Amino acid sequence: MLGTGIAKGLVETARNFFGSYVSRDRLTTVEYPEERLPQAEAARNFPFLVYDGDDWKSGLRCVACQICEKECPPKCIFIEKSKDKKPDAVGKPQFYPTVFNIDVSVCMSCQICVEVCPFEAIKMDTDFELSTDDRFGGLLWDRQQLAKSNTYYHEIHPTEATEVDARLAEEKAKADAKAKAAETKPVAAATGAAQQTSHGASSAE
Amino acid sequence: MQTTAPTEHTLLEPLATSSGDEGLLEISLGPHHPSTHGVFRMDAVLDGERVVKLKPVVGYLHRNHEKIAESASYLASMPYTDRLDYFGSLTNNWAYALAVEKLAGIQVPERAEYIRVITAELTRLQNHATTIGFLLQEMGASGSPLMYGFRERETILDLFEALTGSRMMCNYMRFGGCRVELPSGWLDRVKKTVTEFPRFLDEFENLLTSNEILLARTQGIGTLSKELAIQGGVTGPVLRASGVNYDIRKVDKYGIYDRFNFKIPLGEHGDVYDRYMVRMLEMRESIKILEQALRDIPAGPIIDPKTKIRGFRPKPGEAYGRIESAKGELGFYLISDGTGNPYRYRVRPPSFINLTLLEDMCRGYSVADLIVIFGTIDIVLGEVDR
Ligand code: SF4
Ligand code: SF4
Repeated sequence: MLGTGIAKGLVETARNFFGSYVSRDRLTTVEYPEERLPQAEAARNFPFLVYDGDDWKSGLRCVACQICEKECPPKCIFIEKSKDKKPDAVGKPQFYPTVFNIDVSVCMSCQICVEVCPFEAIKMDTDFELSTDDRFGGLLWDRQQLAKSNTYYHEIHPTEATEVDARLAEEKAKADAKAKAAETKPVAAATGAAQQTSHGASSAE
Repeated sequence: MQTTAPTEHTLLEPLATSSGDEGLLEISLGPHHPSTHGVFRMDAVLDGERVVKLKPVVGYLHRNHEKIAESASYLASMPYTDRLDYFGSLTNNWAYALAVEKLAGIQVPERAEYIRVITAELTRLQNHATTIGFLLQEMGASGSPLMYGFRERETILDLFEALTGSRMMCNYMRFGGCRVELPSGWLDRVKKTVTEFPRFLDEFENLLTSNEILLARTQGIGTLSKELAIQGGVTGPVLRASGVNYDIRKVDKYGIYDRFNFKIPLGEHGDVYDRYMVRMLEMRESIKILEQALRDIPAGPIIDPKTKIRGFRPKPGEAYGRIESAKGELGFYLISDGTGNPYRYRVRPPSFINLTLLEDMCRGYSVADLIVIFGTIDIVLGEVDR
């Protein structure tokens, strides 16, 4: 009969309309900014640089290898390498960035920089409220603006950060063991062949 | 609006010029008509309300995707593929990954194949749900259908966000697998969505499928014959609505699609109603695939460990990877010269090719139908003007 299809449709709309008053999961409006949806742990908006310890400048993990600069698809990272070296996160002397800028107005939030960084130095932030009235200066972030502590990283990506810490600790332990072995070798060589064998047996290798 | 006489400022060859065309009206629909997507516009010649001639003008987004990809590393192109068709970033990822995997002879682990199928079918669900919503919107049914479609899309985008960190620009697949392991409890959330989704389909059917106004506006409108559809190279739901049984998931069986039991819904008349129905039925088939994939997904690695992320250089050669995206055949053609970036990179976009027959679908129908017919093609301009 003509009109039954329309009537059926109207029943459906009515059901949805009144349903939104009784069913909790149909009330989906969030009163932003007073109310906020929890962010997914995987959320990625713009990159930041991780530093260990309390001082952002000396604690930066970045060694200015410039891999992320090369791989960034829209080329929005600008790095200048230092002339001297300082110890990095695992304790090896490394270069550090004297300039590390990201133009966030260009960044496409793709996370390629995070993936290619061999030093766990750059990670994705979940901050999304970036509006500024200064389009050019305000969205070109320098290394101080980009630096965030490891604690902060743990807050926003707990699972990932724990894994990263474990991996870094393992690397550091390896590096320490190697340094130790390198230190003990000349001593062993000086104290004679018999001692060297016993030394070798007890070493970490 | 333009009158019959060709004016000097038209950049295009004027459509209504030949003698005997007096009384015809050439109008430009779009690019900012609410129902033309993005920069698209239609140059239509009208006889009263009837469309006599039509020229789709795709506009200029100046994305330059293909050229950018030729100067970027293989990995750096992956996030750009997301932006081709922002309704299907995961399927775009897959098509590109497939082409590179063919080029470099990479084996994808089982688990990753299953994850790819799950994400691709979810993508199809949310794409079709919104397409139908937009279609109804274009027909004048503003409100309910589009909102219902978007409501379902949102739940699926929540899943994408939890998995990939982004709702639309997922950048999730990698050569040889996927970027990250599924977060805990993710598969259960997908299961819940998959069990609840048919309720939405039933609701849609109640709301629309037998609605007399919808039937009057869609049946026998915008007919595209089988032969013409094949000649025009049309793919996806538009082709299948014309009754051609052609689906890359069956024809090419990429990934692990040969393991799933599902049917290919076909239309009979190739009109607007069939294109709508084919999409509705396709969503039900996607649910079937998802159920099977969720049941069978194995544990294991998600990426081939031998594939390099940085400094990836495939051997010289060429490859074409194609998939059945929600809009049709999406293919990537790559030529490698052994360096870190492709020598040639070319996209075969379904939206662009499906658009070529717009005039044939619209000729003889009224302006109001034109908008609806255009809505059933389901295009995204990012893919049309790469
Ligand atoms: S997220 Fe992507 S675009 Fe942004 S800085 Fe990193 S690599 Fe560049
Ligand atoms: S962030 Fe990482 S990849 Fe980029 S320069 Fe620093 S250490 Fe290298």
